[in-house]
Amino acid sequence: MQIAELSVLLVWAAATALTIALVAFAVDLGRRTEERVEARAEAHAEARTPVAVGAASSSGPAPGAPAAEPAAPRRRAAGIAMSTTWLGTALLLVAIVLRGLAAGRTPWANMYEFTLVGTFMALAVFLGLNVRRDVRFLGPFVAGLSVLFLVLGLNVFYVAATGVQPALQNYWLVIHVGVAISATGIFTVAFVASVLQLLRDSRDSGAPYLQRPGFRWLDRVPAPMSLEALSFRLNAVAFVLWTFTIIGGAIWAEHAWGRYWGWDPKEVWSFVVWVVYAAYLHARTTRGWDGRRAAWFVVVGYACVLFNFTGVNLIFNGKHSYSGLDAGTTAG
Amino acid sequence: MSDKTTYRPEGIHDAFTEGGTPADRPADTAARRPTPPALGWRGMLRWTWRQLTSMRVALMLLMLLAVAAVPGSVLPQRSQDPAAVLEYLGDNPTLGEWLDRFGFFEVYSSAWFSAIYLLLFVSLVGCIVPRTLSHARALRNRPPKTPVRFGRFPATASATTTASPDAVVEAAATHLRGRFRRLPTFRVDTGSEEPRLGRPATRTVAAERGYLRETGNLLFHLALLGLLISVALGQLLHYRGQAIVTEGRGFANAVVDYDTFDKGAWFQPSSLVPFSMTLDDFHSEFASDTVAFAQARDFTADVTVTEPDGSSHPEEIKVNHPLTVDGAKIYLQGNGFAPELTVTDSEGQVAFAGRVPFLPEDQMYTSRGVVKVPDVSPGQEQVGMIGYFLPSAVVEEDGSARSVFPQPDNPLMVLEVYRGDLGLDEGVPQNVYNLDTANLTPSVDEDGETIKLLVRPGESVELPDGLGTVELGEDVPRYVALDLRHDPSLTFVLTFSLLALGGLAISLFTPRRRVWVRSWETTDDDGRPVTRVELAGLARGDDAGLQREVDAVLAAILGETDPGPDPGQDHSSTPRRTTGTTTATED
Ligand code: HEM
Repeated sequence: MQIAELSVLLVWAAATALTIALVAFAVDLGRRTEERVEARAEAHAEARTPVAVGAASSSGPAPGAPAAEPAAPRRRAAGIAMSTTWLGTALLLVAIVLRGLAAGRTPWANMYEFTLVGTFMALAVFLGLNVRRDVRFLGPFVAGLSVLFLVLGLNVFYVAATGVQPALQNYWLVIHVGVAISATGIFTVAFVASVLQLLRDSRDSGAPYLQRPGFRWLDRVPAPMSLEALSFRLNAVAFVLWTFTIIGGAIWAEHAWGRYWGWDPKEVWSFVVWVVYAAYLHARTTRGWDGRRAAWFVVVGYACVLFNFTGVNLIFNGKHSYSGLDAGTTAG
Repeated sequence: MSDKTTYRPEGIHDAFTEGGTPADRPADTAARRPTPPALGWRGMLRWTWRQLTSMRVALMLLMLLAVAAVPGSVLPQRSQDPAAVLEYLGDNPTLGEWLDRFGFFEVYSSAWFSAIYLLLFVSLVGCIVPRTLSHARALRNRPPKTPVRFGRFPATASATTTASPDAVVEAAATHLRGRFRRLPTFRVDTGSEEPRLGRPATRTVAAERGYLRETGNLLFHLALLGLLISVALGQLLHYRGQAIVTEGRGFANAVVDYDTFDKGAWFQPSSLVPFSMTLDDFHSEFASDTVAFAQARDFTADVTVTEPDGSSHPEEIKVNHPLTVDGAKIYLQGNGFAPELTVTDSEGQVAFAGRVPFLPEDQMYTSRGVVKVPDVSPGQEQVGMIGYFLPSAVVEEDGSARSVFPQPDNPLMVLEVYRGDLGLDEGVPQNVYNLDTANLTPSVDEDGETIKLLVRPGESVELPDGLGTVELGEDVPRYVALDLRHDPSLTFVLTFSLLALGGLAISLFTPRRRVWVRSWETTDDDGRPVTRVELAGLARGDDAGLQREVDAVLAAILGETDPGPDPGQDHSSTPRRTTGTTTATED
């Protein structure tokens, strides 16, 4: 029992570290916005060329080199933000491991645990991306969503650590649910990129609301084109994982429930998610449907992912749960 | 966003640089024309076909499919829970009737849902067949000729070296082909050019990789088609039977031995292999810790299977571990208690003796069962009983009883007794788990309260109103609800799913790239002879790894051809290199 309590404490600690990261990321983005604006003004005063170089290279192999250099010494906030994100992620990992020890099984068998591991995956994807390229502009949003998910998990979905019913005692729990959580984590980061793409694109094309000074930070995020490329790459990986989740789920259902597909609400919504992201991939290659419109598919798809996780568990549940007779159907 | 499409070099016009898809283009032209051409019915047909196989329509159908799937998760479905559908119809008579008329209680077999996915697959075939043909042609194509200018390509690199242009080309080609002769990474052509644009004669390399990308994409779509056909065949050929078996008893794999039996339209009776099975033992485990008190932990059925040839072998069935016998799978779907009851009527005749399955109604296995005793001695009233079986009974002070644990630690049977005409002689089938008490008289005490008989295993108790006695057997046998399924398509369903997954991964993660190298002899600033090397790269779609690929080729050229810094020579003989988008080439 003590291990379980320690795990909860660590989740709170992780949420705290991520809150600090959120603030630091926001400060960083705000500061850099001011610098950017100053730099722009200077550049205009001197010559027109440097701006053009800075803008063009944002999609090239050496992003923003000229613009980033003067700002570098003052990005202390970003450094704090990254360290606290690493810290929060590490704390969360320990919390998850302890949770598994307390329950004596893989720590992703219920909503609370799914929330923890999904949040961890999103953070890990964000940190992993950062090793290869600078995507710190995603930081405030990834950290913000993570804090939100963790606090929701602790307050709404929490259940005590314990074993699972016979239908869940299977290595497919590890594979199927594990892959589903990874896909969800990656979809989350891709969603952030697509939302930023939409916002930046709207601001660039003069949406009045987004011209307010409060949205100046949007100039600091990469151009819509490279956000869209980032989002696509993540969504492609997550889509393959999701496809595997569905196939794995069907194999497991064949073992546990005696049919590989039965249009149970969870299956329906997994299918809906899959079809929406398939539509996204087709939209990207259809003239007139790429760019902004494709990004909206990501928003809809991610909404379906969230609904599949929360709504389907909370609203449609009940039919299947514990009727001692049908032990097989309580896995929902 | 059309400006985001890849840079299109002069002189190369194919699907790679156009960005679109072969099937997409004609359809798009058609889509731009809002009105169908007045070409008679043939023109109409062709126009409709083009519309249907366009990517735009595929996209609409996909979205429609997603939307159409949703109501089935909101409304109860007949195939899953017919009772919930009846309840819904009772609660919402008008709306329910309309919903029913439009198939909202059988969404996934409704005409509209089927129409959407069938149209989608027709569209897919129309899309994939021409693509497969053009891909088969493209597979024999050579990489496109080296473009004249490299300056505006998304990835470029250049350097000077002391190696000869021939050696440069050789090194580049070896690197691009990769380690495996049979499976080259790049398809590579080497060539030479006449002097041109102020350049002397040059050697060139043109290379292309990623033909597998389209192969994967086609494999994926074809596998989806295979999946659909396999699932449909499974629906037609399968059978499924359900049986309740108590400990020590068995059943045979024959249609008559099942309590319920479904089969597909093409079901072959020969697929029903006549084995038989007995349930030797059933045991269950439940958690007894406070956190998860009484949660199920394990169910195991020990059975003996007897094959048609008479041989028999012991087996085990668990939740998640179905037993496979002769191509059929047997699942453990439920379990409960089947107490042995004997009813003796007032004449002393045994009117009923048998095991009665009681259905668990809660986590503590409080189970409900019905006993119908129609075969009483002539002139006697028929008897019906509604019973509750409590595996671990606690009797409260007010006489009420409840079960506190699912295991049979302290079993108790509570019976309510009815008499009258059970209505079994009319020949109308009745639910064995239900007693219609409308025409029966309950046994009551002086206060008019229904009498509840308490019977423990091994006890015999007098029935009220002089109806006789009821005896509960000493041992309480367990029963299991078994589900037996045979679906010959399973292997195909799995194979096509995995092919689809593989095709998808290949098509999404195979980079599609072209790399060109040009090399010629020139002189450096000091007038010494050197070899100039220039590279350009182009990718289909966005590709973060393109520059790295180009750089790797350059590194290979310099690494393999550079003789190494010679102490006798000055610095200018060591390779000088520049890479990246900003590299300018002299034109
Ligand atoms: C059952 C319906 C369908 C599903 C679930 C589906 C799913 C997918 C998925 C997941 C991809 C991503 C793979 C990739 O981007 O390479 C894809 C690509 C593609 N699909 Fe489909 N598809 C369906 C129907 C169709 C139809 C009807 C067409 C033709 C009108 C079509 C044409 C294509 C094309 C051309 C691509 C490749 C896009 C590219 O160039 O990268 N698909 N499909």
